[in-house]
Amino acid sequence: MYQSILFLVVTGISVYFFAKNLAKIRRNILLGKDLDRTDQPALRLKTMFKVAFGQTKMTTRPLPAFFHFIVYIGFVLINIEVLEILIDGIFGTHRVFAGLGPVYDLAIGFFEILAALVTIACVVFLSRRFIYKVQRLNAPELKGFPTKDAAGILIIEIVLMGALLKMNACDQLLQARNIEHYVHAGSFPVSQFLVPFFESWSTESLVLMERIYWWFHILGIFAFMNYLPFSKHFHIILAFPNTYYSNLQPKGEINNMASVTQEVKLMLDPAAATPEGYTPPSSFGVKDVQDLTWKNLLDAYSCTECGRCTSMCPQNLTGKKLSPRKIMMDTRDRLEEVGRNIDKNGSFTPDNKNLHSYISEEELWACNTCNACVEACPININPMEIIVEMRRYKVMEESAAPGSLNSMFSNLENNQAPWQFSPADRGNWMHEA
Amino acid sequence: MTTEFKVHTLAEMAANGQEAELLFWVGCAGSFDERAQKITKAVAKLLHKAGVKFAVLGTEESCTGDPAKRAGNEFLFQMMAMQNISVLNSYQVKKIVTACPHCFNTIKNEYPQLDGHYEVVHHTTLLNQLLNEGRLKIEGGAFKGKRITYHDSCYLGRANEVYEAPRALIEKLDAALVEMKHSKAQGLCCGAGGAQMFKEAENGKQEVNMLRAQEMLETGATTVAAACPFCMTMLRDGIKNNNKEQEVQVLDVAELIANAMDL
Repeated sequence: MYQSILFLVVTGISVYFFAKNLAKIRRNILLGKDLDRTDQPALRLKTMFKVAFGQTKMTTRPLPAFFHFIVYIGFVLINIEVLEILIDGIFGTHRVFAGLGPVYDLAIGFFEILAALVTIACVVFLSRRFIYKVQRLNAPELKGFPTKDAAGILIIEIVLMGALLKMNACDQLLQARNIEHYVHAGSFPVSQFLVPFFESWSTESLVLMERIYWWFHILGIFAFMNYLPFSKHFHIILAFPNTYYSNLQPKGEINNMASVTQEVKLMLDPAAATPEGYTPPSSFGVKDVQDLTWKNLLDAYSCTECGRCTSMCPQNLTGKKLSPRKIMMDTRDRLEEVGRNIDKNGSFTPDNKNLHSYISEEELWACNTCNACVEACPININPMEIIVEMRRYKVMEESAAPGSLNSMFSNLENNQAPWQFSPADRGNWMHEA
Repeated sequence: MTTEFKVHTLAEMAANGQEAELLFWVGCAGSFDERAQKITKAVAKLLHKAGVKFAVLGTEESCTGDPAKRAGNEFLFQMMAMQNISVLNSYQVKKIVTACPHCFNTIKNEYPQLDGHYEVVHHTTLLNQLLNEGRLKIEGGAFKGKRITYHDSCYLGRANEVYEAPRALIEKLDAALVEMKHSKAQGLCCGAGGAQMFKEAENGKQEVNMLRAQEMLETGATTVAAACPFCMTMLRDGIKNNNKEQEVQVLDVAELIANAMDL
């Protein structure tokens, strides 16, 4: 009985804090500007099923795709067992679904195999990062917290899977000894190999150990859940909405700034009537995270820092500072800073910083707008859009483009070409034909 | 075989009461850059050969504004775009072909929001169609059996998912098409896009076009096919800086076809 009460209290606290942090993330994302991404719901659903559920974009690299798929399937399916754990925890039952008979046995056996595969996959991931030192997993922007975050998640998963298997090992011994409460249920293709380790233990010790592993497993899950909002691992939730709200236009299209259209129309034809209620825009481009769209901010929270974008970026591949992954990480870091500012002050109070304090001009001006990062992202994040918006701020608010680009702009204005050729010579090639 | 014919502007045609079925948008590189002018001429010859009634804008054409937009100067972009759109609409242009993927992308994807609605095709798509329809025929086999690798332009490939038309054209030459380490959706930029063409690169280990040139050389191809005048400049420089300009030539897909047809 006291276990049930304790369980309810712990569950309540975890769910409360998780919900609270989710609400905070939602608030932060909605600090972004409006953007309509509700059109073509059928195509959006299809994109989500293909890209997020089906993980089709992962397959460009088969090895990580395979192991990631195991962890993903393991996570989704093993969590079905968490439902049983929740019910058992609340009502003090034991293996409440055991009545399902052979189906239950098969499911538990399948979960055990998955747990073993997930453990192997996590070991593979750890060794790729720390032993084989795969380049994209050892980039400068991952120093410090991001690497600890990645390692922590993998280790937690291994420990959780271990707890599940050891719990089952104790449980099957108790079942074999016909101890009351421990119903005969489940099949244990993996944990049977752990049995010899516990075989000599007294029944009391086994009962205790089974409880300890049970509690460890569920507390671990709660801890994991509450860690998610602070981690890159939040992608396991946001990958789905993030792909649903994907950009469905051709990748080459950069959005039209309607605010500029009105200004240019007035400039080209001063006699044109100003639409009623028209207020000239107060600023152009992106200075800080609030100037980005909510989708850019959702992108930032969805990023799991895998670095596929950076590993395909022509500028990064040739040793430049620009890294699309860092653009996403900086955006999230700044957004979280703005969020803490709001928590503290009730509303955002200027702090002499903005997104440009995180992302340097050297990075912004290096981009080829080639869309390699956008194409590479397994969950359709768009770092390029943020770069272009920040360039817009640099050019239209600060007139701070590199000198050579300013020359290109004046050539366009004066000669209608990016070079200093006379517009009158544009047709010369025809006479030489 | 050399052919002589006159390319007309829309203004000339309008003055003669004629209409063009297609506007050939030449672009700044195709108009001014000496190397790119050869691509322009190849496209014009092929269109003429196929009997397409086309015209150009001549001095009435301006930059589409692509480099300004990519560099963040939306004001300048929209000014250029609106001026171009007003010219295009005054001639009631319906269909446009261009040999520049940047012009292609901008007119196709970014002009509609500014009231410029046209059917826009890249020259590789149109040439492929003309060959499929039998309006153009390749007889000689100048490139038969030659190893050719194709460099995907970002603004044609990833930006607009045109991957097959240029490859189909190369295959029509009976050439051996070999792919580079990065190709199609995973293609590697030449280094020009995003207004990089007009500025120095940031500090790093290497120029982007040098990396791409290495990938081209690794294929062992003697001909590199391009489909963008800016890629053309970057790739040629990359090959030159690797001291391979004697062994490897860079040609636009249109030039390949024109050469094979002895135009």
